Amino acid sequence: MFCCGWPAWSSHAGLSADFFMTFELFIQYLFAGITYGSIYAIVAIGFNIIYNTTGIINFAQGEFVMLGGMISISLLSFMPLPLAIVLAVGITMVVGALIEIVFIRWLDTPSVLRMIIITIGISILIREAALFIWGENVRSLPYFVGNEITTVGILGARVSPQVLWVIGSCCVMVLVLNIFFRSTSVGREMRACSANRKAAILCGINTRNMVTLSFVLSAGIGALAGCMMSPITYTQYDNGTGLAIKGFTVAILGGLGNSGGAVAAGLLLGIIEAFSVSVVPLAFQDAIAITILLLILFIRPHGLFGSKEAAGLREF
Amino acid sequence: MMKKLLAPLILVAFLVGIQLLCRWTDTLYYLTQMTMAGYYSLLVIGLCLVMGYAGQISLGHAGFFAIGGYLSAALTTRNLLPFQKTFLVKALSSAGLLISGQDIYGEKLLVVTPWAACIAAVLIAATIAFLIGIPVLKLKGHYLAMATLGFGIIIYRVVLASSYFGGADGISAVPSFKLLPGLTVNGSTSDRVQNYYIAWTLVLFGMFLLRNLINSRVGRALRAIHGSEKAAESIGVDIARYKLYSFVLSAVFAAVAGVFLTHYNGSIGPSEASVMKSIRYVAIVAVGGMSHIWGALFMSVILNFLSLRGVFGSYDDAVFGVILILIMLFAPNGILRIGLGAKLKSFFQPKGE
Amino acid sequence: MKRFGIKMIVAAAALSLLTVPGAWAKTIKVGAVLAVTGGASFLGGPEARTLEMLVAEQNAKGGINGDKIEMIIKDTAGSPEKAVSFTKQLIEEDKVVAIIGPSTSGETMALKKIVEDAKTPLISCAAAEVIVNPVAKYVFKTPQNDSFAAEKIFQEMNKMKISKVAVLSGNTGFGHAGKGQIEKIAPKFGIKIVENEVYDKKATDLSAVIAKIKANPEVQAVINWSIVPAQAIVAKNMRQAGWKVPLFQSHGYGNIKYVKAGGVASNGIIFPAGRLLVANMLPDTNPQKALLVKYIKDYESKYKETASTFGGHAYDAFKILVKAIEAVGPNREKIPGAIENIKNFPGTGGVFTFSATNHNGLSIDAFEMMTVKDGKFMPYTM
Repeated sequence: MFCCGWPAWSSHAGLSADFFMTFELFIQYLFAGITYGSIYAIVAIGFNIIYNTTGIINFAQGEFVMLGGMISISLLSFMPLPLAIVLAVGITMVVGALIEIVFIRWLDTPSVLRMIIITIGISILIREAALFIWGENVRSLPYFVGNEITTVGILGARVSPQVLWVIGSCCVMVLVLNIFFRSTSVGREMRACSANRKAAILCGINTRNMVTLSFVLSAGIGALAGCMMSPITYTQYDNGTGLAIKGFTVAILGGLGNSGGAVAAGLLLGIIEAFSVSVVPLAFQDAIAITILLLILFIRPHGLFGSKEAAGLREF
Repeated sequence: MMKKLLAPLILVAFLVGIQLLCRWTDTLYYLTQMTMAGYYSLLVIGLCLVMGYAGQISLGHAGFFAIGGYLSAALTTRNLLPFQKTFLVKALSSAGLLISGQDIYGEKLLVVTPWAACIAAVLIAATIAFLIGIPVLKLKGHYLAMATLGFGIIIYRVVLASSYFGGADGISAVPSFKLLPGLTVNGSTSDRVQNYYIAWTLVLFGMFLLRNLINSRVGRALRAIHGSEKAAESIGVDIARYKLYSFVLSAVFAAVAGVFLTHYNGSIGPSEASVMKSIRYVAIVAVGGMSHIWGALFMSVILNFLSLRGVFGSYDDAVFGVILILIMLFAPNGILRIGLGAKLKSFFQPKGE
Repeated sequence: MKRFGIKMIVAAAALSLLTVPGAWAKTIKVGAVLAVTGGASFLGGPEARTLEMLVAEQNAKGGINGDKIEMIIKDTAGSPEKAVSFTKQLIEEDKVVAIIGPSTSGETMALKKIVEDAKTPLISCAAAEVIVNPVAKYVFKTPQNDSFAAEKIFQEMNKMKISKVAVLSGNTGFGHAGKGQIEKIAPKFGIKIVENEVYDKKATDLSAVIAKIKANPEVQAVINWSIVPAQAIVAKNMRQAGWKVPLFQSHGYGNIKYVKAGGVASNGIIFPAGRLLVANMLPDTNPQKALLVKYIKDYESKYKETASTFGGHAYDAFKILVKAIEAVGPNREKIPGAIENIKNFPGTGGVFTFSATNHNGLSIDAFEMMTVKDGKFMPYTM
C-alpha cells in the first residue's frame, strides 16, 4: 500500500509531498473515492438489472439519478424532507415504468442498434424536458444532517455526514436487492427471466411485467442515489449523461450483468479517480474513466469479474 | 447507363436551380446555410456507409470531424517562428509548406500552408481511424457503441483541455484556403456562390465514390457482413478488413468536411466534437434510411439547414432526440422506406380476404 | 358582381392601412446572438431576458427618435458554428443595424472577422481582453476586463500581506482567461503561485484536490476562477476540510444564487464585482445607483429571479447602442464612431468612457471589492 507514516511537518523540504502522502490525506482521498464509487456502482447496478432482464443497455439510466434529485428538490417546498425523497423516488419509478410501456414494450425483436438509439433518444428527451421544467439552474437538497460545513472526523480526515448517508444508502440498496433477488418469489422470477426467457414464459412467468419491473427498480435505486448525493454534488438538468457514461464503464469493468462485480468495479473506479489527483493534473480526471472504458473494451470486454459466455450479447 | 446518372443529375440540377433561384429573388444568403449543410452532409454520407452498409454503429464520428477541423486550424494559425531554427521547421520550409503571415496583433507569423495542413489533417484522421478501428471493430452491439462514444469523448476532452487547440474558446482567425488559383474556401460574402459550389462538388464527388463502392465487390461484401457476419465469414469475406476499410473511409469524409468547414467559418470550437453532434449525425442517418445514401443526404440537407437557421430555436437538441425516437419506433428503416404505399393499401383492403 | 365587391373591400382595407398613423414609421432592427441554453446559459439567459425587457420599455417610450426597435434574438447554445451562421443571417437577411452579444469569448472571436468584413457593429457581452485588444473598428465589449479583476484581488492581497496563493480554475473559456491573467499579473504584485489546478466545469466534488493543496502549508489564500457550480463546491469543500484561509473568487460570482448554493460556507468569500450586487448600499451620489436600483427592481419583478451582473452586460450594450443610434441614426458605419464618442456614461458594469483605442470603456474603478456576510453581499472593507 502507500507509505503513509510521514507526518505533515517533515515532508516539505523541497520534495513534492505527492508521492508520500500523509495518512490523513490518504483517508481523505479514500472517502472521496468511496463516495463516488458507490454512486457509480448504483448506476451500474441499475444498468445490470435492466440488462439482465432484457438485454438492453439503458442509456437513460443517468437521467433517473438526475430526476430523483430534481423532483425531490421541487417537492421540498411542500413537504418535509423524508417524504419529499420517498415521493420523488416513487415518481421516478413511475417514469421508469412509463418509459418501458410507451417506448419498449410493444417493440418486437428489435435489433441492438435500434434499442441503443431509442434509449439515447429517451435520455435526450428527459434531459430537454428537465431543462424546460426546471431551467438551467443548479440546485440541491439541504444537507440531511447539519449544514454545508459540518464534518465528522474519521481516522483523521474530515468528511461531511452526507457522505456517510450516500455510502450507507448504497450499501443498504445493494443488500436489499440481494435479498430481493434471492429470497422473494418476484425476485426469483426476474432471475429466471434473465437466465432464459423462453423457459420462463413456459413456466408461466409474465415476462412482460418482469421487464417493466426491472425498469421500475432501476429507476428507483437511481433516484434514491440522486437524492442522497444532491447536497454534495448539486443537481442540474444535464447531470445524467456524465454519470451514465461512468456507470456504464463500471458495469463493463465489473462484467456486464454481474452486480457484485459492479460494486467492486465502482469502488475501484472511484478510488482511482480520487487518487489520480495526486499524480495527474485534475483537468484529465474525467478522461480517466473513458480511458479505462476503452482499455477494458479492447483488452477484456467481459470485465474483471465476468465470464466470456456471459459477455455474449443477450437476445431481447 | 442513363438510369445510373439520373439521381446525380437531378441533384446537380436541384443545386444549380437553388442557386439561380436565390440570385433571382435576391436571397443569396440562403447559400450560407446550404454550404454549411453541404459539409455536414459529407460527414453524414460517410457515416451512412459505416452504419447502413457495414452495420457498425458509430457514436463518435464528430470526433473525426473535429480532428480534421482542429488540426488544419491549429497548423494554419499556430506560429512556428519560435521553432524556426529546428530541423523540422527548416525541412518544412524548404519543401515550401510554410507561409508567412500576420497574427491579429500584427506580429509576424510562420504557419503551415492550408493545403499542407489539410493533407496532414486528413492523413492523421485516417491513421487514427485505422489504429482505433482495429480494436474497436472487433466489438459488437453495445460494446461497439460505447467504444465509439468513448473515442468521441476523448477527442472532446483533448481539444477542451489543450491550449494548442484553444481550449474552451476554440481556434479563430483561421485563414482562407486557396484550393486553386481563383478558387478559395472562405467565408466572405463576395465568394458565397463559389463556396457553395465547392462544398457541393465535394459532396457530389463523395456520393459518386460511395455509390461506386456500394455497387462493387466491396459494397457487396459490406452488405453481406451487415446481413450476417457469420454467413459472410463462411463464404470467405474478410470481415475485419472490409469493416476497417469503410470505417477509415468514413473518417476521411468526416475529416475533409471538418477541414473545409473550418476554413469556411474561419473558426472551430469544442462544440463540434461534442457527443450531441455525434448523436445528431446518427439521427440523420437513421431518419434518412440506414442504408440509403440518397435518403441520408436528403434528410441531412433539410435538418442541418433548418437547424443552422435557428428554426428549432432553443429546442434544437430535443428535436433530434424526438426524431431518433420516432424513427426508431415507427420507421426503423428510415422515413423513405416506411412502405407507406403498402401500409395504406392493406389498410383500405377489406379484411379477411 | 361578387368578385368586384371583394376587390372593393380589399382596396378599402389597403387604403385604410395607409392612413393608420405610424404605419410608415421605420423599424430599427437589432440582432442578438446569445447562449440562452447550453453551457453558458447562466450568461445568455439573463442577457436575453434583459434585452427583451429593455426593448419593450424603449418602445413604450416611442422607440429611438420615433422609430420602433425590433430585437431579433438567436440562441446559439454556446456553439461558435451556430454563432457564425446566425450572425451571417442577421447581417445579410435581416439586415440588422447592429448585433449585441455573443455571451462567450470563443463565439465572439469567431465572429470578429465576419462583422469587420460586413461593417456591422458588434457589442459583445463576453469578457476576454482579446476581443478589444487589438482594437477592431466595429467590435466593442461591455464586461470589465479580467485583468482588472485580477489586479483588484492582488491589491487586496498586498494589503492582507498574502504572498503565496493556490489557484483553481475551471476549464471554460472564462476560467482559462482568468488563469492566464492571474499568472501574468501576480509577479507584478510580488505574489507567487504555489499550486495551480484546472478542473472540469462539470466537476461535482473537489474535496480530493482541496485536500491536496491544503497539504501544502505555504498556501495562504485560494483564488477560484470559475463559473457555477464550482464556486460553491470549492467553498464548501474548503470549509468542510476545516481550512480557514481566505477564498477569493472571480467576478463570475455575480449572483446571490451562488451564495445560497454554498450556504454557510459562502461567508467570508472576497471577490471583485460590478456595483449591481450592492446597489442599495451605494451612496445616493453614486452615478450608477439610480439605474441599478431600477434595473434590479424591473428585472426581478418581471422575471421572478434575482438580477445578476451578467444580465447587466446586455443592459449596458443596449443602452450604449441606443445612445449611439440617437446620435447618428440607424447607420451601421456611423455607429462605431458614435460609440467612441460616448464619455462618462453610467451603466451597470461601471461608468463607460470609450475612445478610438478603447472599445471597452471601463477601468479598474468599475470593480468594487465585495464579500459575503450572513448570506448577503457587502462591500468589502479590510
